[in-house]
Amino acid sequence: MTEVVHATTDSFTADVLESDIPVVVDFWATWCGPCRAVAPILDELSSDYRGRLKVVKVDTDANPDLAMAYGVMSIPTLTFFRDGAVVKSIVGAKPKAALIGHFDEVLGA
Amino acid sequence: MSEIRNVIIVGSGPAGYTAAIYAARAGLNPLVVAGSITAGGALMNTTEVENFPGFVEGVQGPELMQTLQAQAEKFGAEVMFDDATALQLEGDIKTVTVGMGTVYQTRAVILAMGSAYKEIGLEDEKRLSGKGVSWCATCDGFFFRNQDVVVIGGGDSAMEEATFLTRFANKVTIVHRRDELRASKVMADRAKADPKIEFVWNSEVIGLEGDVKLEGVTVRNRVTGLESTLRATGMFVAIGHDPRSELVKGVVDTDAEGYVQVEGRTTYTNVPGVFACGDLVDNRYRQAITAAGSGCAAALDAQRWLEDLEDAEHGLDEKQLLQGGAR
Repeated sequence: MTEVVHATTDSFTADVLESDIPVVVDFWATWCGPCRAVAPILDELSSDYRGRLKVVKVDTDANPDLAMAYGVMSIPTLTFFRDGAVVKSIVGAKPKAALIGHFDEVLGA
Repeated sequence: MSEIRNVIIVGSGPAGYTAAIYAARAGLNPLVVAGSITAGGALMNTTEVENFPGFVEGVQGPELMQTLQAQAEKFGAEVMFDDATALQLEGDIKTVTVGMGTVYQTRAVILAMGSAYKEIGLEDEKRLSGKGVSWCATCDGFFFRNQDVVVIGGGDSAMEEATFLTRFANKVTIVHRRDELRASKVMADRAKADPKIEFVWNSEVIGLEGDVKLEGVTVRNRVTGLESTLRATGMFVAIGHDPRSELVKGVVDTDAEGYVQVEGRTTYTNVPGVFACGDLVDNRYRQAITAAGSGCAAALDAQRWLEDLEDAEHGLDEKQLLQGGAR
C-alpha cells in the first residue's frame, strides 16, 4: 500500500502545488469521527490511483493556516488540485463508490 | 453466490451491534453490514454520553461504539465496513447487496439503519454547506474560534452542540421554533446557565446570507412575524433526524414520516423474516439505550423465527408440538 503523504505548511508547495500529477488533499483532524471513517477508504484509493492521483493529508489542527487559506470550515473536506490550482472540493465523508466517481472526474476518465 | 446465512444485520449503531451481540451468542453467526463511513452510527459524532447506564463518569460516543463492536465480534459476529446498496427481502431466501455488488444470501434480516440529520430545506443550505453550515459541532467547532455561531433546534442534540461550541465560539445563539425546549432538563439547564449561550425563541430560519461563506442567518418570529438577521459565520443544524428507510421503501411498511412499522411491542415488520429496530422504527424515544434494547428484541425475535422455520422444515409445527406430536 502506498504511504499517504502528510503535508505541512512547509511542505505543501512541494507536496501539492508543484506535483506533476493531480492531488487530492484530505483536510482532517484527530477529533473528527467522519474523518476517521473515511481515512481507510482514502488509503485504499491512494494505492488504486498510484501514479495517477496523489492523496495528501493535512492535519488542520497542526496546520490551521492551510485550512484557512483554502476556506476549510467543515471536515473532512477533500480538495482536488491540478497544476497548483483548486479544481474541485467536496465536503463530508463519502462512500468509496462516490469518491471513485470524484477521482475519475478529476482525471477526466 | 455465497452460502445462505442465518441473519444479516444492516446498520451498526447501538441497535445493530446489540442485535449482533445477541445473535452471535445464539450461535447465528450474524453478518453486520456496518457501513463504510457511517459505521458506529450517530454516536460516532458525539462527545460524552452521560446517560448510557453503566458508565458513572460517562463515556465518549466513539469509545462506546468500539466497545459494542468488540463485544459483538468476541462472540463471533462478522462486521463488514461496507454499505448495503440493495435489499431483496421477500421470499425464503433474502439477499443483501453490498458495496460494489457482492451479494449475500440470508434467511432473516435485521434492519437497523438508524436515522440521518434533517436539513432545514433552504435553497442556500447546500451551497453554504462546508462554508459555515455544518451538521457536526464536534468536527467543525474548531474552525469557529472567537466567532459568533448559531445552533438551530431545541432538543438534546442542539443543547449538546451549543454547549460544546462554547469551548471555541465567542457567542452561541440557539434558534428554536417554540418557546420551550424539548431537551432533557439537565441539558437544557446547562445551556441556559451558560453565559455564552443566548436563545431566540419562537423563531425559524428563513434565509442564509453570504456569497462565498456564511455571514448571517435570517429568522422570522412565528408569533410576531418580525424578521431579523443574526450575524454569524457558523450555523449548526440540529433539528432532528429522518429514518434511513429509503432502501426498504415500498417493500417494508413505513409510516408517513418514513419510520418502519413494527407489530406492537415486537420488531416484526410486515415482511416475514425481516425485523426492524433502533431509530429506524422509533420516533418517540430515540436514545442509545432504547435503540440497544430494541436491537436485543430484534435478535431474539429473529432467533425465535429461525427456530420456528427449522421446526417447520422438519415437519413440526407448533400445533403438533402442543399436542405432543413431536417425533
